[in-house]
Amino acid sequence: MQKVYTRIDSIAGNVITVRAEGVRNGDLAVVTSAHGESLANVIKLNHDVVSLQVFSGARGISTGDKVRFLGVPMRVSYSDDLLGRIFNGAGKPRDNGPELTENLIEIGGPSVNPAKRIIPRNMIRTGIPMIDLFNTLVESQKLPIFSVSGEPYNEVLARIAMQAEVDLIILGGMGLKYDDYLYFRDTLEESGAKNRTIFFVHTASDPTVECLLVPDISLAVAEQFALDGKKVLVLLTDMTNFADSMKEIAITMEQVPSNRGYPGDLYSSLASRYEKAVDFEGAGSVTILAATTMPGDDVTHPVPDNTGYITEGQFYLRHGRIEPFGSLSRLKQQVNSDTRDDHRALMDGMIKLYASYKEALEKKAMGFQMSEWDEKLLKYGEMFEDKMMDLSVNIPLEEALDLGWKILAACFEPRESGIRSELIQRYWPEELT
Amino acid sequence: MAERYGLVTGVDGNMVSVEFEGDIFQNEVGFILVGDQRLKSEVIRITGKSASLQVFEMTGGIGVGDKVEFSGEMLSVELGPGLLTQIYDGLQNPLPQLAAQCGFFLQRGVYLKPIPDKEWRFTPVAKKGDKVIAGSTLGTVPEGIFSHKIMVPFDLPKGNWVVESIKKEGSYNVRDEIATISDGKGGKRSLSMVFSWPIKRPITAYVERLQPREPLIIQSRPIDTFFPVAKGGTYCIPGPFGAGKTVLQHMTSRNAAVDIVIIAACGERAGEVVETLKEFPELLDPRTGRTLMERTIIVCNTSSMPVAAREASVYTGVTIAEYYRQMGLDVLLLADSTSRWAQAMREMSGRLEEIPGEEAFPAYLESVIASFYERAGLVVLQDGSQGSVTIGGTVSPAGGNFEEPVTQATLKVVGAFHGLSRERSDARKYPAIDPLESWSKYPSPINYDKVEWARDLLFRANEVSQMMKVVGEEGTSLDDYLLYLKGELLDDVYLQQNSYDEIDSACPLDRQVLVFDLLFKVLGSKFKLGSKREARSFINDLRQMFIDWNGTARDDKNFEKYEKEINHLIDEKFIEYERQVAKIVEG
Repeated sequence: MQKVYTRIDSIAGNVITVRAEGVRNGDLAVVTSAHGESLANVIKLNHDVVSLQVFSGARGISTGDKVRFLGVPMRVSYSDDLLGRIFNGAGKPRDNGPELTENLIEIGGPSVNPAKRIIPRNMIRTGIPMIDLFNTLVESQKLPIFSVSGEPYNEVLARIAMQAEVDLIILGGMGLKYDDYLYFRDTLEESGAKNRTIFFVHTASDPTVECLLVPDISLAVAEQFALDGKKVLVLLTDMTNFADSMKEIAITMEQVPSNRGYPGDLYSSLASRYEKAVDFEGAGSVTILAATTMPGDDVTHPVPDNTGYITEGQFYLRHGRIEPFGSLSRLKQQVNSDTRDDHRALMDGMIKLYASYKEALEKKAMGFQMSEWDEKLLKYGEMFEDKMMDLSVNIPLEEALDLGWKILAACFEPRESGIRSELIQRYWPEELT
Repeated sequence: MAERYGLVTGVDGNMVSVEFEGDIFQNEVGFILVGDQRLKSEVIRITGKSASLQVFEMTGGIGVGDKVEFSGEMLSVELGPGLLTQIYDGLQNPLPQLAAQCGFFLQRGVYLKPIPDKEWRFTPVAKKGDKVIAGSTLGTVPEGIFSHKIMVPFDLPKGNWVVESIKKEGSYNVRDEIATISDGKGGKRSLSMVFSWPIKRPITAYVERLQPREPLIIQSRPIDTFFPVAKGGTYCIPGPFGAGKTVLQHMTSRNAAVDIVIIAACGERAGEVVETLKEFPELLDPRTGRTLMERTIIVCNTSSMPVAAREASVYTGVTIAEYYRQMGLDVLLLADSTSRWAQAMREMSGRLEEIPGEEAFPAYLESVIASFYERAGLVVLQDGSQGSVTIGGTVSPAGGNFEEPVTQATLKVVGAFHGLSRERSDARKYPAIDPLESWSKYPSPINYDKVEWARDLLFRANEVSQMMKVVGEEGTSLDDYLLYLKGELLDDVYLQQNSYDEIDSACPLDRQVLVFDLLFKVLGSKFKLGSKREARSFINDLRQMFIDWNGTARDDKNFEKYEKEINHLIDEKFIEYERQVAKIVEG
């Protein structure tokens, strides 16, 4: 299977075709050109015409360059040696460390049998009240952070990575600005979390095809660690870049675009990655947090839209805060009944009051009369935003709950809070004055 | 027949091109031999000696020159006793058995027997010499709470078929011969309790189809009262993500007054199926006293499972539904979500390089959706009994915008439309069914005039509410303000229902009638109210009581107390009915 083909028929975008026999769909090949070697994989077969996407890009590839098929699909080495290391999207080291070639596992493997899944039951604590208290992150959840360029979504991811009680963090960077890559590396290093972190990083200047491989390679490794009993948190940033790379390849392959140029299988492609989030019975788990920037802050754009249909909720990050409206953790019901008995009531009560605050604010802006109740709401809203929503707040859930009661007590009479009397009797703080 | 086989000539995503020898037919199932694996696929286009096959598995590792075997059959499901409580993938592969064999992951190319090899207690109904046609009952076996009819296969050609032999009462393996029939012209068939049927062909072994009229109660106030579903009817639930489609489907699967529920989880989250899977065996069905699982079949092809099998999953579901309908049962098929199935079609259409229609969906999208929903229906069977298949499908429109091809194609063919709105779900008003946009062509089990009048009130209240945004409360007349409050009241205490509350989550019909009648009195009356403040406080008090009432069990001692209190509160301020309402009340 080591026959070398020396005639490249066509080169379009990052896709080349050669005439070859005995090749299998998905197989890996090495393309040797004047600029060095690059891996490529088979994405289409038509009689003896084989289409390959070249990982490092087709720029500079000559029609006379060599293509050697390896007869195996894309794989990645799996061992504890991965910990603390940094790789690119093709699995090659970018930290000057040794290349890992042992114990190779396939990437993009089959999906988990739904009958073997279990109902998620463990909370992941992040120290961010807007998550822990209002939209709890749950082990094995898949959750995107919907945001726009310029928002601190990478900072939020890094913070969660440092604080989350997990065994292992895998960071999959796609189209990451070099600065952001350095930020992740340095922040995790400083916090001492780096030796339980594995990086698969594709920066904005790297070849597009490598971007496509990042989620698969990250999740394949995560899955293996989970099977070995580890709790793994996978951070993917930014999935919109991943979708854009898919679009690029699809257009090159002359596929009929469906919506704003994205290929028809955008949903399936995103889903097959996100669905890797799982809690294995008797073993570990994979939790996925993914930043998804919304082009033009438009949640109906195909990427966030399809993502929302796949994931178990979403966090909206706007103006440096996690928005209470729209943000949703679909799995919070599974865990927030066993935290503290005031958790659910406080969560609902505070959000309803915050919604009333927004209405009062609108009323004020329209110039309508403010009632005494409206004034109370305005005070509440401001306190809520300062003390709860601000991202610099970093407290455990229990403290956040206590803080919630304090804010309520500072603004309202107990009966105005809309919370069950029995809870008020136990948790309402004594006069603070 | 000459040897029929093919050789792979190309692979593109989940489509494989094949050069074949001999005759093959459209939609024939073929197996691609890759190493020691046999990958199931379906012929979807034939041109000359070349065919395109959609593969129901991942296509990695398939190479040019791989051999393809043709099965001589269309994609079919196995029908027989033992289907209930099963969890299948889109191709009727039993997932728990697969897990037992293959572990955590779905190994491709492994196809297990859909119906377990099991003995059943058979009681013959037909006798030797009886004339039979397709769908005639040969005997029965007890399957859980049902008497499962063992029928003559639906593909039996017309002719003078008679029973030649039939087994006596006793236990037989599901695949043992239990009867033989012959047509007197040399045609003879040996029958067991199972047979297969192609999923894309509707089962038509019935006498006639009837107009669906009888309401199918699903214990949801907004649906049963305002936008009802009929037994044998169809409905759709389009909505943006997070609007509560799946929760609504889940509640329906628990509470619907039907014999059998089939859940076709098509291209959606695996986690949601797991909830059903783990919960249903624990939950009791109050109507039968047995677990919900005993009346449920799950067909799940979640989003990360191979795309082509997604399309198959809804057909697998509906075929099993039709099979149980043939026994005179009421079956409900819940498909979540039909958009994913349409997308799967779009993907294949793209690979076939067909000329794309709107949003790249194929031109035949509408007719395919229509023929799927047309498989619902209320039918009269050969023995005079009636059976029904009701289909409820969710739609996941891109961007939550209903003006897209799948929603539009679906709206044309369904009998009821429950549109979920982002606005309502953001305001936590669940179920987020938009009362102004939704509709139903089926008769409501509650007084038609009252329901129509209440719905009209919602429209009028909405107008006032829009106006109030401009002129403020100050600029609204007391009458209009009260109208607005009444609209809010109807929404808060009737259209909204807490699916996490044990009592409120399921509201039986008699209770709906009771609550609605009382509420109608509030909506349709003039009251002694001097100011807006007084009006708001009056409605607020009523709201609180209705909500408490809704959350109180029927046999709770407080139930009647609340009812009395509400009546008392109304009577205190009551002046008279509005003119139109008086007419309705007097009949």
